[in-house]
Amino acid sequence: MEVRVQDIRKDFGRFPALDKVSLDIRSGELIALLGPSGSGKTTLLRLIAGLESPTDGTIFFGDDDASKKTVQERNIGFVFQHYALFRHMTVIDNVAFGLKVRPSSRRPAAADIRKRAEDLIDLVQLGGLEKRYPAQLSGGQRQRVALARAMAVEPNVLLLDEPFGALDAQVRKELRRWLREIHDRTGHTTVFVTHDQDEALELADRVVVMSKGRIEQVGTPDEIYDTPNSPFVFGFIGQSNTLPVRVENGQLWLEDRSIGVSAPGEPAGPAELYFRPHDIDLLDGCGGCLAGVVTLSRRVAGTRHVELDIAGSTRRIEIELPSDVAATPGTRIAFRPNRWRLFRS
Amino acid sequence: MTISLPQRWQFRQPSVIPGFGLALGVTLSWLILIILIPLSGLAWRSSTLGWSTFWTLATDQRTLNALKISFGTAFLAALANVVFGVLLAWVLVRYRFFGRRVIDAMVDLPFALPTAVAGIALTTLYAPNGWIGSLLTPLGIKVAFTPLGIVFALIFVGLPFVVRTVQPIMEEIDREVEEAAATLGATRFQTVSRVLLPGLAPAVLTGFALAFARGVGEYGSVIFIAGNLPYVSEIAPLLIVIRLEEFNYPAATAIAAVMLMISFVMLLVINSIQAWSRRRYGYGA
Repeated sequence: MEVRVQDIRKDFGRFPALDKVSLDIRSGELIALLGPSGSGKTTLLRLIAGLESPTDGTIFFGDDDASKKTVQERNIGFVFQHYALFRHMTVIDNVAFGLKVRPSSRRPAAADIRKRAEDLIDLVQLGGLEKRYPAQLSGGQRQRVALARAMAVEPNVLLLDEPFGALDAQVRKELRRWLREIHDRTGHTTVFVTHDQDEALELADRVVVMSKGRIEQVGTPDEIYDTPNSPFVFGFIGQSNTLPVRVENGQLWLEDRSIGVSAPGEPAGPAELYFRPHDIDLLDGCGGCLAGVVTLSRRVAGTRHVELDIAGSTRRIEIELPSDVAATPGTRIAFRPNRWRLFRS
Repeated sequence: MTISLPQRWQFRQPSVIPGFGLALGVTLSWLILIILIPLSGLAWRSSTLGWSTFWTLATDQRTLNALKISFGTAFLAALANVVFGVLLAWVLVRYRFFGRRVIDAMVDLPFALPTAVAGIALTTLYAPNGWIGSLLTPLGIKVAFTPLGIVFALIFVGLPFVVRTVQPIMEEIDREVEEAAATLGATRFQTVSRVLLPGLAPAVLTGFALAFARGVGEYGSVIFIAGNLPYVSEIAPLLIVIRLEEFNYPAATAIAAVMLMISFVMLLVINSIQAWSRRRYGYGA
């Protein structure tokens, strides 16, 4: 189901956790709320769920105004970071809980509940563990039970709060791929919160980058990575370098030297240059380039990460080179960014 | 060449935590000194009675009635304590209100107060001419000097046991578990009755067992309020004292031995139910 968040504000005491946030979530999409801690992403998720009530603003589920409804009435599925399973219930009882507590007029027959719970347990690949208690399962298995439990009620929207946050790296990776598969098969509109950008970029159809209670950018993983629209997003997603430059006659200058990058149409004045470590061209000579002395060279898998001391700047610049380039500390390297953005403060 | 050592059962597994021998030694000696020697003395005394004498003494009608009253009132009091103790713990854990600390401290008073003082206070209140007793008498309810009075006294002394065992477990309950139940459509009542309370069952059972055990052994507070009518409101511990004062040691020993056996079996059963549910629910996991 389509979910629309309109001008939502949420204050905790005098501190605004969310400030005039609007977001359209399309039906059937898998969308990630990404941001550092304190950015308001979990608050937004809990507001959609109805676990918090907004100070101001409205939330629509389809055409229904959901903000007046209680958590119970919204019919959502929520998965918590620490699973929040009912520990005195077996796996199957946990999964069936949402159906069993329905008023008798809407409750399926006991046999149907059982069937549905069993199907879901198979879907999350836990067949054979129906009679286990949560304490007898591993973390990854518990989180899968939690997901099955949330899906059992046929939720309007599935909300996941850092679903893989408590798991170790190997399991995280596996569950990530698996969640994508489940989503593609079931087609639930899904919103998940994460502070792990790899998770968001790899898993989501669209990513919402949040900071300090506001939405910074919404877009596909490619858009977010390739065309960040703010210094925050540029700095938060992936690796980036910044240099204080000057624009003069459509050319970029670092101190008194041109760096060989033209910025046609840019008004003159100081600006901040952002570029990613791998978006550079290595140059032999230097007639209009950035040049620096290698201070540190690290081999990381198939590439070489090189830290440079750039003349005219105290900032540490890191670039990525092919691993066969010998960049011994003390040598000079000249390069020019081939993809970059300018931001002005 | 390696020498293969025969795999033998070892009393103690090799461990980096030192002091096993010393700790176990002290523990065992202490248990023997404090619990085992007095109790085996009791068992030994009753075994010298001979089976038929023991049986006659143990099945004496007055003894049977006293045992019934002791275990029956202790059971009822423990049940009442479970209901109100859980409620009290809930209020103390869940709500923040003015005077919470004071109420929290008050819960422990029955631990500290001399039980005789409690008994006298309760008797004064519930006697037909007392504050509460005078209100109940017109309704035809007699509390003091009846088995009901014994139940009241035992509720008083047993309350802290339930509250203090349930409270820490309740504090551990994750808010998220309640939120999870709510997102799944459970009403508040369903959340409490199907999620929160069942999770507390092992702790409640412990509290029940402790309150019950305390009730069975209670003497001081009960003898004031019970009226101590033989066959009606006379508890087993009192009957033991009466027999001792009559220098009827065999009878006293027999009652004591029966109490000991019943208590031990009941506690053993409760403890195993508890261990089983704890294993299932994975406490501490």
